[in-house]
Amino acid sequence: MKYKSKKKLTFIQKTLILISVLFVFFMLVMPMIVVITKSLSNGLQAYKEAVLDKYTIKALVLTFQATIVALVVNTIFGLFAAWTITKYHFKHKKILTTIIDIPFAVSPIIAGLIFVLTFGRIGWANGITEFLNIKIVFAVPGIVLGTIFVTFPFISREIIPVLNSQGSDQEEAAALMGASVFKIFKNITFPQIKWAFIYGIILCSARAMGEFGAVSVLSGHLRGKTNTLPLHVEILYSEFKFSAAFAVSSILVILSLIMLIIRNIVEYKMKKAED
Amino acid sequence: MYVELKNINKNFGNFKASNNVNISIEKGSLSALLGPSGSGKTTILRMIAGLEQPDSGNIFIDGEKVNDIPASKRGIGFVFQNYALFRFMSVYDNIAFGLEVQKKDKKIIKERVMELINLIGLKGLEKRYPHQLSGGQRQRVAFARALAPNPHLLLLDEPFAAIDSKVRQELRIWLKETIKKVGITSIFVTHDQDEAIEVADNIIVTNKGEVEQTGTPLEIYRNPSTLFVSRFIGQSTQFKDYSKLKGFSGKNKSGIAVIRPEFIKISSKDELQQYPNSVENGEVKSAFFRGSHLEVKVQVNDVILTGIRSLEKSTLQVGDKVDVLIYRIFAYGKDGMHIIENELLEYNEAVYI
Repeated sequence: MKYKSKKKLTFIQKTLILISVLFVFFMLVMPMIVVITKSLSNGLQAYKEAVLDKYTIKALVLTFQATIVALVVNTIFGLFAAWTITKYHFKHKKILTTIIDIPFAVSPIIAGLIFVLTFGRIGWANGITEFLNIKIVFAVPGIVLGTIFVTFPFISREIIPVLNSQGSDQEEAAALMGASVFKIFKNITFPQIKWAFIYGIILCSARAMGEFGAVSVLSGHLRGKTNTLPLHVEILYSEFKFSAAFAVSSILVILSLIMLIIRNIVEYKMKKAED
Repeated sequence: MYVELKNINKNFGNFKASNNVNISIEKGSLSALLGPSGSGKTTILRMIAGLEQPDSGNIFIDGEKVNDIPASKRGIGFVFQNYALFRFMSVYDNIAFGLEVQKKDKKIIKERVMELINLIGLKGLEKRYPHQLSGGQRQRVAFARALAPNPHLLLLDEPFAAIDSKVRQELRIWLKETIKKVGITSIFVTHDQDEAIEVADNIIVTNKGEVEQTGTPLEIYRNPSTLFVSRFIGQSTQFKDYSKLKGFSGKNKSGIAVIRPEFIKISSKDELQQYPNSVENGEVKSAFFRGSHLEVKVQVNDVILTGIRSLEKSTLQVGDKVDVLIYRIFAYGKDGMHIIENELLEYNEAVYI
């Protein structure tokens, strides 16, 4: 911010900055460095082997699959939910918005258990899924469901405040001139929410790729079949293959770093769009 | 009548926004819906536009009942209070939007948009975005955008509310002139009596969901038909019993009266008094400089009246004893509002003339 003067920092300001920097360093930066160095401790060759391992690649592919499906579902749901909540007036709207936030509050393990208890062998919906010949628990659909559950508020949560701050005058004006709902969304609503929407997508993907708890309960840990990257790391770790575990972790670290960089770019664009 | 509202009722929950509203508006006229906030004026406008549905009653535009015609098919241009310009579209695209929706030919659109840009005096700014325009310019763009698809009726919701006072003056005159030039029937909503009086051909005064009075600005100013209108239009003082005032006691009744500043004359004791018998004694309570005149509050008996005094005359100080001559009052009785002239003046005039 330009208006801040370049006055010398006071003692308190210095101390607070120092505390924050130290905290961030010891809690975040150092562990990341440890992950990377540890993963390379057995040499580049071992790293390569671990990363290019058949099961690692399968886990990576599954992680991406689950992330993409979750993204598509959450995008559709997020847009509809945000639109409904901001543009229409109805009773108990507050309750709906609160319910959407549940995944933020509930432990992912519970999310996993919910689906196990619903679709698992003792679950009430087991008959239906068996009849339709779909396997959900301990299979890929379960992983996708778990991922969707823990990430579904992300996109709508980002869009709702933007839509709220805009009001619906512009949409009303366009509707008065006879514009169709689709044209109104495309030309008027979407440009307003574009950056918030992309921001939501990034947060959603970052969360989906790293999801462990819900997926762990639902996966069954079938190597090469229902293992996502975080689960694969855990398996390697519990088998005492430390350098391999850290090597695979480093993929996740790199993915999250990429996400962070994109996030910062989008944040910058969002600020610009606001001005 | 071009626009007619017949027995319109509209409730929002327990709130009566419109209570048996009847309005007629002539073709080509510029009318103001005037009332305090919460009086139901914006609701009336939105119902004409089709943005709200009346609970009962009928709305006619050009002889056709429009209750069941959707907003977009009513042929109405609407200027929103905060303009609702499309933020991510240029001035050109904003104005062109309505025509593009109608799938008009590109060339025709361009002609029409440029014509309107010239009309609103923003030539050369068509590539700008709303946030690069001043408040007044935005209002003009909103106006042009509403006019672009050639509506039969233009509705404006508080068109000057978001503009600072200096620009507002200019815009009022500009808007009136432009609307007259285009010749479109227009209705605007305002809570500002000066604005309504200055801009409108006709004023519809609303209060608590009801229409209090309809008429030209002069009619409404001169002959307010209800106590509310007499209080709302013009600056005025209301008091309970006018029979105590000199010159008004003989008219048998007593009751509530409203006095406008221009109904009284305040003069200092040393000034020559034409009607010495009919003046009240007053004491100056406050005197404020209002630019072109002095606004003086005087206490007469137990009422405080507001009057104006020319700057050409001697300045009055707080505490000064003054003569207060009351020419006329608006008296409110069971049978409505009356203007009562000071009978002592009538008598005196008869003698002198």
